[in-house]
Amino acid sequence: MPGKVLTLLTPSAVERLAARLPQGSALVSATNGKTTTTAMVAEILEGRMRLAHNNSGANLVSGVASTLLSTREAELGLFEVDEAALPEVARRVRPRAVCLGNLFRDQLDRYGELELVAERWRRAVAELGDSTSLVVNGDDPQLGDLGRERAGSVVFGLDDPRRAAPELQHAADSKWCLRCGTPYEYAAAYVGHLGDYRCPACGHSRPPLDLAARAIELHGLDAVSFELVDDEGPVSVRLGLPGLYNVYNALAAAALARVLGATRDEVRAGLERFTAAFGRFERLRIGERTLLMLLVKNPAGANEVVRTLVAGGAPRHAVIALNDGIADGRDVSWIWDVDFEPLLERLERVVATGDRAAELALRFKYAGVEENAIEVIPDLGRALDRGLELTPPGGELFAVPTYTAMLELRHIVTERGFARPYWKQAA
Amino acid sequence: MKIRVGHLYPDYLNIYADRGNIAVLARRAAWRGNELEVEAIGMNEPVEVGAHDLYYVGGGQDREQALVARDLAGKGGLVEAVEAGAAVLAVCGGYQLLGRFYRERSGAELPGVGLFPLQTIAGERRMIGDVLLDCELVPGQRRTLAGFENHAGRTLLDAGAEPLGRVVAGFGNDGESGFEGCRVGRAIGTYLHGPLLPRNPWLADWLLSQALAHRTGGDAPELEPLADAFEAEAHAVSASRARSRGGRHA
Repeated sequence: MPGKVLTLLTPSAVERLAARLPQGSALVSATNGKTTTTAMVAEILEGRMRLAHNNSGANLVSGVASTLLSTREAELGLFEVDEAALPEVARRVRPRAVCLGNLFRDQLDRYGELELVAERWRRAVAELGDSTSLVVNGDDPQLGDLGRERAGSVVFGLDDPRRAAPELQHAADSKWCLRCGTPYEYAAAYVGHLGDYRCPACGHSRPPLDLAARAIELHGLDAVSFELVDDEGPVSVRLGLPGLYNVYNALAAAALARVLGATRDEVRAGLERFTAAFGRFERLRIGERTLLMLLVKNPAGANEVVRTLVAGGAPRHAVIALNDGIADGRDVSWIWDVDFEPLLERLERVVATGDRAAELALRFKYAGVEENAIEVIPDLGRALDRGLELTPPGGELFAVPTYTAMLELRHIVTERGFARPYWKQAA
Repeated sequence: MKIRVGHLYPDYLNIYADRGNIAVLARRAAWRGNELEVEAIGMNEPVEVGAHDLYYVGGGQDREQALVARDLAGKGGLVEAVEAGAAVLAVCGGYQLLGRFYRERSGAELPGVGLFPLQTIAGERRMIGDVLLDCELVPGQRRTLAGFENHAGRTLLDAGAEPLGRVVAGFGNDGESGFEGCRVGRAIGTYLHGPLLPRNPWLADWLLSQALAHRTGGDAPELEPLADAFEAEAHAVSASRARSRGGRHA
């Protein structure tokens, strides 16, 4: 809020505060993973320089202003930025580096169509100063193109076809060649439309990678390890987070941190020290049981959560929570684009909760889950109780909430005295 | 009995969870002993009159819509199929493409199929939000439809054209006329996604019944009712959302 007031009172305050940072600023934007990526960069750079980092997730211009105001001693500004706010934040902050992670369909009611966001990003990149470094995910056709067209860009991506999905997911975006509209052919599709693509008609393809992940090993719900390869050769990294999508986050963080001056050793050490960003993947102890929360926001992210849960040994019960606040997206149609089926096939019982619990119940019912295996409990506290009741002592309950449902669930658990408030963890 | 569905451009037009609508049709057909056979009709593939009982056209982003518009308008067949009694559900972008044309903000026009007597012109601001309609597809049977709309296009019905329903809350076709969607025979076009059918099962059943009528050549059969408790609850929540916060410009 102070940031909002400040930007209202003195619109140029952000510019002036940002200009005072001796090391400049770096911006991270993406549909999915910007909070995690930015937190990873912060972990890597810790000890190297003092940061102004908007780690509370306030990622609009006002959030950047608040962060700049409250960290006057900082040397580097490190900001995750909302996709729609990127052009304005970039114009004001004049960043030294910009890292673009991915573009997926997300909250169309709020952002409009994917193509609109892509167009805004293209214009924002075109306006960047010559000295600004651009870091992009080459596996995303829209972003790979931005990297190819700007000299000196750093392009990252996955290079391990063994980890490719068997087919392009239902919700895949950017399936058609940017140049000629022909469907891309994928040598490997890793997450949604991210992968090694090539247009069979005009040859438009993934740009060469400057930084890649190879030899990726998924260790269930606990970890993922990979070789981080750049022009200096490979280095092994073990990440204490699951899933291919976190390999993308780690690559983005590594590429950006290198641009900002971190050494390879610092990158590796920082990534290996890293534990999940708030609420993204969080294990809370509740008496004799544990609660594992995995945040979902959109089809691409939810598909990865489902994939990770199933690879981790598919649970028998789950609490799935759908709210429809502004931060969740008011349009809940996206749940129909999520490939829930691999998870549902193995569930004996699913608790649907949140403001739009009945909508979730319909998603499961029409996926073929028996009606009597679905419990609709809109109240999150009662749904949590029911989930815990279904979980044997010593067992783990899986909760898959949208953003505001995650905040609420976390609040409920904290109220009961089982989890430290997040602001203490973030500190 | 087998109900044959022609799903137009499922690879291109699928933005607002269109597969949810298909899943609802398939399950509700199966629960009554019928089988839904869904066949994709893609680029350069013809619409053959009589080959399908129900056509489905989903929504796409502008880019996808532009990719299919010319192919769809050039295909022919759909108007004749509807005249021969086939049913249609077209949602959002699909609805626009079944009108006469869609005029983009640049002034460029995407050709339409001309099934629905309407035209669509892109506006400055998008119409986004929960929406609730009052419908009377069968004379004397008033029902509500609850959904979500998100469109820049203003759709103007020709004089005398039959809308799908009247807007109780939200924008509808153009935010002014009070009309939403369009109906021609057994063909329905609408901006409502969400997706539409899971929380409005009566419309799914109406479409199935019309498709069966096309299949048999007889009257639309009365379908046996199903237990729709989740559906009713989801409808109630969605309808209350529309009443309390329907439609805003963005």
